[in-house]
Amino acid sequence: MSAITPEIIEQHGLTKDEYAKILEIMGREPSITELGVFSVMWSEHCSYKSSRVHLGRLPTTGERVIVPPGENAGVVDIGDDWCVAFKVESHNHPSFIEPFQGAATGVGGILRDVFTMGARPIAAMNSLRFGPLNDEKHGNRNKSILKGCVDGIAHYGNCFGVPTIGGEVVFDESYSLNPLVNAFALGIVRKDQIFFGKAEGVGNPVLYVGAKTGRDGIHGATMASAEFDEEALEKRPTVQVGDPFLEKLLLEACLEAMRSGAIAGIQDMGAAGLTSSSVEMAARAGTGLELNLDLVPQRETGMTAYEMLLSESQERMLIVAKDGREKEVVDVFKKWDLDAVVIGKVVEGDRLKIYHKGNLEADMPIMAVTDNAPKYSRPMASPSPKSKVQSPKSEDLRPSTFDFRQSLEKLLASPNICSKRWVYRQYDSMVRTNTSILPGADAAVVRVKETRRAISMCLDGNGRFVAVNPREGAKLVVAESARNNVCVGAKPIAVTNCLNFPSPERPEIMWGFSEVIDGITEACEKFETPVISGNVSFYNETDGKGILPTPTIGMVGLLEDVRKLITQGFKNEGDLIALLGITNDDLSVSEYAQTVLGYTTDELIESGEVPKLDLTLEKQVQDTCLNLADKNLLKSAHDCSEGGIAVAIAESCFSSLNRDAVGAEISLTDENLDAAAQLFSESPSRIVISFAADKLEEVKEIVGDCPFAVIGKVKGDNLKISINGEESVSAKIEELENAWKTSLENQLEN
Amino acid sequence: MKFGVLVFPGSNCDHDAYHVISKHVGQPVEFVWHKQTDLSSYDAIIVPGGFSYGDYLRCGALAKFSPVMQSVKEFAAQGKFVFGICNGFQILCEAGLLPGALIRNRDLHFICDFVNLKVENQNTPFTSEVEKGKVLSIPIAHAEGNYVCDDATFQSLEENNQIVFRYCDENGEITDKANPNGARSNIAGICNLNRNVLGMMPHPERACEELLGSNDGRDIFRSLTKTISQI
Repeated sequence: MSAITPEIIEQHGLTKDEYAKILEIMGREPSITELGVFSVMWSEHCSYKSSRVHLGRLPTTGERVIVPPGENAGVVDIGDDWCVAFKVESHNHPSFIEPFQGAATGVGGILRDVFTMGARPIAAMNSLRFGPLNDEKHGNRNKSILKGCVDGIAHYGNCFGVPTIGGEVVFDESYSLNPLVNAFALGIVRKDQIFFGKAEGVGNPVLYVGAKTGRDGIHGATMASAEFDEEALEKRPTVQVGDPFLEKLLLEACLEAMRSGAIAGIQDMGAAGLTSSSVEMAARAGTGLELNLDLVPQRETGMTAYEMLLSESQERMLIVAKDGREKEVVDVFKKWDLDAVVIGKVVEGDRLKIYHKGNLEADMPIMAVTDNAPKYSRPMASPSPKSKVQSPKSEDLRPSTFDFRQSLEKLLASPNICSKRWVYRQYDSMVRTNTSILPGADAAVVRVKETRRAISMCLDGNGRFVAVNPREGAKLVVAESARNNVCVGAKPIAVTNCLNFPSPERPEIMWGFSEVIDGITEACEKFETPVISGNVSFYNETDGKGILPTPTIGMVGLLEDVRKLITQGFKNEGDLIALLGITNDDLSVSEYAQTVLGYTTDELIESGEVPKLDLTLEKQVQDTCLNLADKNLLKSAHDCSEGGIAVAIAESCFSSLNRDAVGAEISLTDENLDAAAQLFSESPSRIVISFAADKLEEVKEIVGDCPFAVIGKVKGDNLKISINGEESVSAKIEELENAWKTSLENQLEN
Repeated sequence: MKFGVLVFPGSNCDHDAYHVISKHVGQPVEFVWHKQTDLSSYDAIIVPGGFSYGDYLRCGALAKFSPVMQSVKEFAAQGKFVFGICNGFQILCEAGLLPGALIRNRDLHFICDFVNLKVENQNTPFTSEVEKGKVLSIPIAHAEGNYVCDDATFQSLEENNQIVFRYCDENGEITDKANPNGARSNIAGICNLNRNVLGMMPHPERACEELLGSNDGRDIFRSLTKTISQI
């Protein structure tokens, strides 16, 4: 009688066709253990079965690329034989079920991905998205999810000893009950000391190192590959529990063991634990593996082979040592009081053989589990062309009687623009003494002690733009990411991405996904920033309601000389303020339309248009800014995005470390644009810069034919903006700054 | 002159202290593993920040039992210099080298931010080189930096001028608003009666370069090296 019933197959998230394929591969009925291995390896989370046909279009090559996608993290060259390894990964589903541990283990997982490559993590960031905190129905839940996630990230990163230096916190209705937690980490490694997750060398011993295996997280990968319903909280046991102290020990022990030269390959046990790490290592090397589960360190008794293979206990690694040198590895781990046990060996052929209590529990062809995993060209359908509904009406966006000062203050205090200090103050952003630009800027910067260089980085997303137009929206996000790096004086060099989407089984979602891939590709090619790592997270929906499609772009930039870094604050009275780029009429999907005029996200998406992006102009503006920075002409540079030029200028006026707030007098003139558009339009490709007045001619010379206009000067302690000769805004900086600074804290602490 | 920087398995500011001593203070420095017990070659020991043994119990509660801390006690008893920063301060309190204890911050959050410090006693080996009246800008990064002690201890700290640093505003005023964590009487750092053991919650090793926002921390390291060189 068959042990594998249709119910069991369904419980494992496998379709009938997928099971038929398993039968064909195995040539017999699989054991329940084997079925478990197939189920996690073929889950959306591990196999990328819906996205692989599209991901291949992303540009992944370039002069600096040392390790392209496919390894635990991508690696790029930053010169002088130093490289950086980085990646962003989602932990959305676990963070909804159990915010603290979900977010904490998200940080833990991405840190392991980075130090598995031999790189010491030197910076972390997070892109977080939540439902509105004042939502009538879900507000309290959204608050508790936010607090839990922030607490979890702080708990893990602070103890581990990596500075959390940036990221974003965004609010929208679509993230109610569907929070997004995308964790990024970056490490530094010498070019000749990069390690790979390959099970190379027949006869080499396979070591299990780190934490003991328990029953936590079994089927976590399968959980992350399904949408949620009311029973989501029953899935709590699939979320793992993190131990950052143990991870710290694991980091130090791994790096020390790597230096010994005794390690041939190493891979972290993340999603699908021992199963995916062993299968992937063998697949990359084209070898077979034999493992004896009796030898695996366990913290619970009576575990079956099935449970051990599928456990997602944290802080574990699989290491292939060089034959005869396993003792050196064991000794290093012993020094750090960690388990390190030989549990098997690399063998010839293509079979994964798992023994437990004398039985052969699994015997399966490795390539069939990985390369032959299902790959779907899911149906795609573009949404029906918009029936241009009349809201927001074009004239509605242009009230002539509005109080612009009040609008500006409202924008500055709005959830997506206000200071996120309440969040990042809980992260240790300075440990390792490299953080040269602290959180809250366009991009964060860490210097590289071993060189004169520094690395900048930022995470950006914009679900609204992508929802309106996936291809153009994705391009806008990549452009903003690049611009954010440029604003600190860094040249963008490479990208990692995290593609957060609802169910891929809906054709319009899949169409959007494909469009996003093409948009990212086009923009990354323009900026010469290859995509070197990334992650896809589908099924971000609860009770049938999905998130806005949200690709998160992690862009990394390089400063050749850390002394040339630029900050966003205006510096000296009398300095000139100028705009690089052009302001167009881009209000229809803006923070202004939402916050000041009160349109819902659905209304904006229904009738709005994304700002028009000209990649050539964008590149010209960025190159100009970099040239000015390189010639030491800039006192400040700040990206102009959410909230438009008014918000950008106000933020440049606000105080920062060692710098008091300063005022500005601005005069904007454009006969073709009304006041609202001039102040709050979100046209891309714009940077607000400031420089000493006597440098104007030098600046102009470098600017050449790039759109450029002097719009005012640094003066006093008020912000005064006149539009076409008429004063529109006059406000004390102190009042504006106070509104911006206290908004989030007031919502969360009261 | 030689510095030793203790390394507990969960120390994470050990590299930062080492970097500052070797690069900015310009003195010989070595890491000292937590299982090591011979400290005879050092003039000063830095107990760095971090999470010593994970600190899932009270911060520093396990560290006080470590082999190296037994030696640090003897080292301090000989009058040699011991400097605890952040987790190091917590460990020195747990180990009984300094009075009082550090509990959860008033608002229960981890706080990482620059704070202002008033030097209350310039007559210590750690502060002798700080310009009189200067307000130091130095970052904190802790969840448990709320200094507490009983009234008798507080009185003796005051009488003996053992309060070395207090949180203050940018003008040097000791206000409740300038107190980031609820510490008793804004206490940020104290020394022992003999003045050779100092513990402070702020991180002077993070404030030794303009690039990082401040170099006020150098004053403290400079004071210590000058004191040692005059012995």
